[in-house]
Amino acid sequence: MNKTITIDGKTIPFEDGQTIMAAATAADVYIPHLCHHPELSPHGSCKLCTVKVNGRNCSACTFPAAEGQDVLNNTKEINDDRQKITQMLFVEGNHFCPSCEKTGNCQLQAVAYHLNMLDNHFPLFYPKREMDASHPDVMIDHNRCIFCTLCVRASQQHDGKDVFAISGRGINKHLIVNAQSGLLKDTDLDMNDKAAHVCPTGAILIKRTGYQVPIGQRLYDHHEIDQVSLVTENPHHGE
Amino acid sequence: MANKIRVATTSLAGCFGCHMSFLDLDERLLQLAELVEFDRSPITDIEHCTNCDIGLIEGGVCNSENVHVLREFRKNCKILVAVGACAINGGLPAMRNFIPLEECLNEAYLEGIGVENPQIPSDIELPLLLDKVRPIHEVVKIDYFLPGCPPSADVFWKFLTDLLEGREPSLPYDLVHYD
Repeated sequence: MNKTITIDGKTIPFEDGQTIMAAATAADVYIPHLCHHPELSPHGSCKLCTVKVNGRNCSACTFPAAEGQDVLNNTKEINDDRQKITQMLFVEGNHFCPSCEKTGNCQLQAVAYHLNMLDNHFPLFYPKREMDASHPDVMIDHNRCIFCTLCVRASQQHDGKDVFAISGRGINKHLIVNAQSGLLKDTDLDMNDKAAHVCPTGAILIKRTGYQVPIGQRLYDHHEIDQVSLVTENPHHGE
Repeated sequence: MANKIRVATTSLAGCFGCHMSFLDLDERLLQLAELVEFDRSPITDIEHCTNCDIGLIEGGVCNSENVHVLREFRKNCKILVAVGACAINGGLPAMRNFIPLEECLNEAYLEGIGVENPQIPSDIELPLLLDKVRPIHEVVKIDYFLPGCPPSADVFWKFLTDLLEGREPSLPYDLVHYD
């Protein structure tokens, strides 16, 4: 007999070793997330996938599913918390969507749309951050980095390289690259690496592609991220 | 007609794009005019607002005059609305926040290409620049936010008709854009 958990009252089967996120995705249940990617090891840092498991807050992307768990996901209380987390991500960086090449294709923006985030609520930090346009094909705009470490993990686990890392703690946390000079051009990053394409925001961009698709015709302009996410992350979507 | 809803609007550190988008209501402006009258606004040229129901604020706060105008609106409007990206997070004007103000002024008025008779404007009539451009919710209490650069005419319409018909204003997914 299959083992099951319930998410918002719906019975969801799971296999031993699956996280709540993996079980939910396989059952076409969307749990908002930014630092999670099904092909990479979980990191549990963005906290957007926070769910209540038997009354306690857990990160769905790291928490193992276990028989009989009662999980709350799509509730007003949890989505309000998620909206506040997203607002914090916005005010801690410099996210000026109208002037960003990633707008409309940005997961940070799409999650904010999904949560009906209309304002920033908190005072804005306006941190002073740099850009690295040294690489011939890829650029880093540190203003938009949310420290999800997807590029770090993709480089290590998928590309077999070690191009990115997070340095510093707390408010001094920042993305660094593996080169004496500190410049992306002196790393072995290639524009075809997964690490160059996995960024959920506009922090890592492929040069000369930013406006190939006009604003207004982009992914999240017409499709909500809950649907996009399940289509791309669940190989058995809709079955 | 008596008892029309009184609306005031202004553009602070904005580009008037949100006002232009508001005018994109086109023929719906005639329907709106049946229900509302405009107080202080670039549309009317009335200089100060008094006893308004709704205040629409475009743009962030970049100088001392912006602060005075914003406070006047808060004092005189029952409902104050942040309209557009700049009012909500400072927007493009806030991209000067990463450059010291003195350097901005030097570049614009002293050292920039094509500057003639270089001097930094210092007339006593000019409002003083703030060191950083700020969103308006950091200065006064804001009741509602309409994101977008600019918010589409449909956003204004949905918001205002919700309010005028006594519903709690809300924006569906396809009306929420930050760009």
